[in-house]
Amino acid sequence: MIPALFDYHAPSTLEEALALLQDHRDDVKVLSGGQSLLPLLKLRLGSAGHLVDIGRIPGLEYIEERDGHLAIGGRTRESALERSEIVRTKYPLLADTAAVIADPLVRNLATVGGNLAHGDPANDHPATMLALRAEVVAAGPNGTRTIPIDDFFLGLFWTALEPDEILTEIRVPTPPLRSGGAYFKLERKVGDFATAASAVQVSLGEDGTVARAGICLTNAGPKPVRATEAESFLAGKQPGDEVIAEAARLAASAASPTPDRRGSVEFKREVARVLTARALKRALQRARGEH
Amino acid sequence: MEPKTSATVCGMGHSMKRKEDPRFLRGQGRYVDDIKLPGMVHLDIVRSPYAHAKITAIRTEKALATPGVLAVITGETLAQFNLHWMPTLMSDTQMVLPTEKVMYQAQEVAAVIATDRYTAADGVEAVEVDYEPLPVVVDPFKALEPGAPVLRTDKPGKTDNLIFHWEAGDRAATDKAFAEADVTVKQDVYLPRIHVASIETCGCVADFNKATGHLTVYMTTQAPHAIRTVFALVAGHVGLSEEKIRIVAPDIGGGFGGKVPVYPGYVIAVAASVVLGKPVKWVEDRMENLQADSFARDYHMTAELAATKEGKMTALRIKTLADHGYADAAANPSKFPAGLFSICTGSYDLPHAFAEVDAAYTNKPPGGIAYRCSFRVTEAAHVIERITDVLAQELKMDPAELRFKNFIQPDKFPYKSILGWEYDSGDYPAALKKAMERIGYDELRKEQAEKRERGELMGIGISSFTEIVGAGPSKDFDILGIKMFDSAEIRVHPTGKAMARFGTKSQGQGHETTYAQIVAEELGIPAAHIQVEEGDTDTAPYGLGTYASRSTPTAGAAAAIAARKIRDKAKKIAAYLLEASEDDLEWETGKFFVKGAPQKSKTIQEIALAAYTNHPPGMEAGLEAVNYYDPPNLTFPFGSYICVVDLDRGTGEVKIRRFMAVDDCGNIINPMIVDGQIHGGLSMGMAPALMEEITYDESGNVSGGSFMDYLVPTSMETPNWETDKTVTPSPHHPLGAKGVGESATVGAPPAIANAVVDALAHLGVRHIDIPITPEKVWKILHEKGVAE
Amino acid sequence: MATHEIKVKINGAEHEAKVESRLLLVHLLRENLGMTGTHIGCDTTHCGACTVLLDGVPVKSCTVLAVQADGRDVMTVEGLEKDGQLHPVQEGFWQEHGLQCGFCTPGMMLTGYALLQNNPDPGEPEIRQAISGNLCRCTGYVNIVKSIQHAAGKLRPAVEA
Repeated sequence: MIPALFDYHAPSTLEEALALLQDHRDDVKVLSGGQSLLPLLKLRLGSAGHLVDIGRIPGLEYIEERDGHLAIGGRTRESALERSEIVRTKYPLLADTAAVIADPLVRNLATVGGNLAHGDPANDHPATMLALRAEVVAAGPNGTRTIPIDDFFLGLFWTALEPDEILTEIRVPTPPLRSGGAYFKLERKVGDFATAASAVQVSLGEDGTVARAGICLTNAGPKPVRATEAESFLAGKQPGDEVIAEAARLAASAASPTPDRRGSVEFKREVARVLTARALKRALQRARGEH
Repeated sequence: MEPKTSATVCGMGHSMKRKEDPRFLRGQGRYVDDIKLPGMVHLDIVRSPYAHAKITAIRTEKALATPGVLAVITGETLAQFNLHWMPTLMSDTQMVLPTEKVMYQAQEVAAVIATDRYTAADGVEAVEVDYEPLPVVVDPFKALEPGAPVLRTDKPGKTDNLIFHWEAGDRAATDKAFAEADVTVKQDVYLPRIHVASIETCGCVADFNKATGHLTVYMTTQAPHAIRTVFALVAGHVGLSEEKIRIVAPDIGGGFGGKVPVYPGYVIAVAASVVLGKPVKWVEDRMENLQADSFARDYHMTAELAATKEGKMTALRIKTLADHGYADAAANPSKFPAGLFSICTGSYDLPHAFAEVDAAYTNKPPGGIAYRCSFRVTEAAHVIERITDVLAQELKMDPAELRFKNFIQPDKFPYKSILGWEYDSGDYPAALKKAMERIGYDELRKEQAEKRERGELMGIGISSFTEIVGAGPSKDFDILGIKMFDSAEIRVHPTGKAMARFGTKSQGQGHETTYAQIVAEELGIPAAHIQVEEGDTDTAPYGLGTYASRSTPTAGAAAAIAARKIRDKAKKIAAYLLEASEDDLEWETGKFFVKGAPQKSKTIQEIALAAYTNHPPGMEAGLEAVNYYDPPNLTFPFGSYICVVDLDRGTGEVKIRRFMAVDDCGNIINPMIVDGQIHGGLSMGMAPALMEEITYDESGNVSGGSFMDYLVPTSMETPNWETDKTVTPSPHHPLGAKGVGESATVGAPPAIANAVVDALAHLGVRHIDIPITPEKVWKILHEKGVAE
Repeated sequence: MATHEIKVKINGAEHEAKVESRLLLVHLLRENLGMTGTHIGCDTTHCGACTVLLDGVPVKSCTVLAVQADGRDVMTVEGLEKDGQLHPVQEGFWQEHGLQCGFCTPGMMLTGYALLQNNPDPGEPEIRQAISGNLCRCTGYVNIVKSIQHAAGKLRPAVEA
């Protein structure tokens, strides 16, 4: 497995990187962790005349809370997310997700930004970030812009990023009190994409009813799926067993997976329902502080 | 069994740390891809995207114009030397490179040779091939229907896709027993196509010296001598003569049967080296490995079992359709086209049995191989262990009780099975009892009953398998007529150290340690002082290689016998040195002493020195011996495995909670290595039971052809295996040992399948084909209305 | 197409090389520098036979460009032994029969080594989790877990002292 020829560039500043993207606009790819891109090039399923490695640009790897959100540098490694104390304690959905992406060695290189920018609905972060209602910061020739996550995923391997833009940061709103999240994934083995997976983020009111819910599905369509009906169904309700079951059912009905070796449409949809119910239960426990 | 030798000598029964490990631990193993010869060039292969197509043109100009590309070899190139087809071990033929049509997706179409592997890969991209697709035959049942497209149009007069029909047993007597039976059960059982997926893929460095006419091939092979002879037979007409061919199997990164066959890539590399006069390296990548190398299994079986209402089995009948791909290239050294499938009566005293197998050509890669077992034994063990559970269910009898009722009893050995095998030794009830005690069978059944009340799904599965290994007695086995002996050659040096060489080839089994321990046991020379070598046909004695758990049964026996020959000569030398009669000498590990005067003794080291410096007049100098051992029979290791599973009612996932493996491989040489072999075998049994499978769509497109979809288990899916032993020595092996490397691969799948079916048995489920994926379980749960 | 002059520190020694953009780190090690202890098993980032430590972190070197390692620190299996002394991880694999064919072993040991740097006393679940990106076809993992535990036992007193 040998990639076709390309030119490698390692800019030391974001400006240089953006200039390179402009120079080679139709024939260039951004190399972040490389754990999706390099296999594609090796299999010769994708090609690019130029790779712009953002690995040497300082200041793209960080996890910090500021201004009411968690700021995650675009090149932050999945393993850093997995180990981060603040992620573990305040953003359990993110911690759950990071722990089941690919395998531990891949996570040492794979980046959060890359996981999103690749535009692959089988990746795990897209659904998670949707559930968390994150924002994506993109740097381009005309400066930076923020893109609400709901506007980010446009289709299979297709995002709102322009070819001359680089994803520099993800902003995850800091959840209010009485919030919790969880990610449940069925995979055939470690390292596999999800057969089905469900990302759930809930916030409860003082009375224990659901103030806000984010429920999103991985690998359930050409884009990560937001289960809007399930989310609005939950709002204002006391989340007992029946409510959870109904929300899970509604979530599954939003899934439009494709059949493959991981399973049939029916199976994937049903597993999405089961996992949503489980994730919702876990998220609620966490929101109530029952760890 | 307590070791007879000291820890210094380290003979049989010691868990000696492996002698081969220091180089592997330092990254100093030498595998094929580590070999770099001066002037070496690289070969890469163009493969077919179609499963069945006529080749109308191969254009090589662009590839040849790529800087660094030296040559492109096609079927036409090889046809000039009549090397475009080669014989298989099953008297069939397969293509090296096609001249007319391709027969499976990923088949070799052309080869590019370049200065480095990157350029070779670019060259492959630049070769243009025009295809005209032909009708594809994927389903072996359809392949045998009248009117199916005939695939092997190269065979004059061939009008169908049948490869062979084979039968064992007495059909009429079996039919009669069925007609008279109280109870009969019937079950279709499919064992899917799988791949050994050793972590090292296949490859070679072919080095032809134009000046001397010598060919050296470093290759990933489990059987270097057999390969040398095959090369001489296949390419003799172009001047490759056996005395000028040297095959070297260096360190091998796992074989499991996948490195027995001769793949086209090896032959093309040899041809390229002959044409270019340079060393040529070919190493396949993982997708080539999974998509084109020999597969295993692909057996469609229908089994029937007859019994009395008390549960005494009276007859077994099995009808099988085997999918061999486009050529019967099975790595099957037995004289039977379906290998050792007639071991299908398993551990049970069956008075009647009949088995028949039809084999069909399809548009899939040729094969098969055994996947860590003797050929077709896993199929046989799976079907008998599954149908036994089906019968237990029919009779509403505990599967353990049914097995105890039907086991061949210990006093019946040696036991002649109705299908013709003579089982050497066994104590099946003891193994099952031990497994049941160790795992707490009765408590588990209670727990299961309680859980069922609560709607939780838990299953307990038993497999009491009998293996048949150690090919083999030459009446039943040969490769191209060469009898299936194996060999040992031992030389004791003047300083009392020794060199031992063998015709087998370790791929991780630890031969350098095990064989040294056998020689140490017999001669009393410390195992640490015995250098074991294998794999180089210029130095090792002729042997048939390592597969089918045959190394200890054959070459291990040869080592013991060669060592005993040395001891006989040593005794003569000792008598001379001690001025005593040979009859007055006794052997105690490492020395001869005079009966009644133990202070008068000579150690093996003293005797070795004398063999070169002071041997009896008239005796030849030196202390060495060779033995070619043709075993009188196979060995029949066995075991009882119990698996406990919990099912997830929401996702259909199967979780192996516990797995207890009680194995009996006769006397044990190195307990640590035996345990390691069992752990590995269990894992390679679990993998196809739950995860691994290669499939094809209607157009013959392969699925499961990369590690993305061919699911080799990680440490997370693999349970923590529990192991135990019983010891029933083989009566005919010089050390009482049996083969062990493959027992667990054979025994584990039915234990797991039986456990999952057991978890669902109360819902009326009788069978699930492996791999038992979450979706298969979920579908059942869904249909039965018990899904979460 | 561009070539790059790179400097990589491998097992403590500086190496300079001129590499094509597309050269993979595993090929730099094996082909250009002749360090063949790092193996190739799958090409698709699944098997981990090619595992090396990049700045101390285990990664799959079949999915890293050689040029990406410019100026960085690489440790391979050849760097485990120090002054003729096997590292406790190597001793553990030997003692507990944690290897059979030896092909996955270099990667497996480096992953174990890295785990013990961060977690001197891992339990079985943590070890199984840590090595889940490295495939072994021979051992069934049972003895690999024991090997890493053995190494942990040997390393612990040294850390405390």
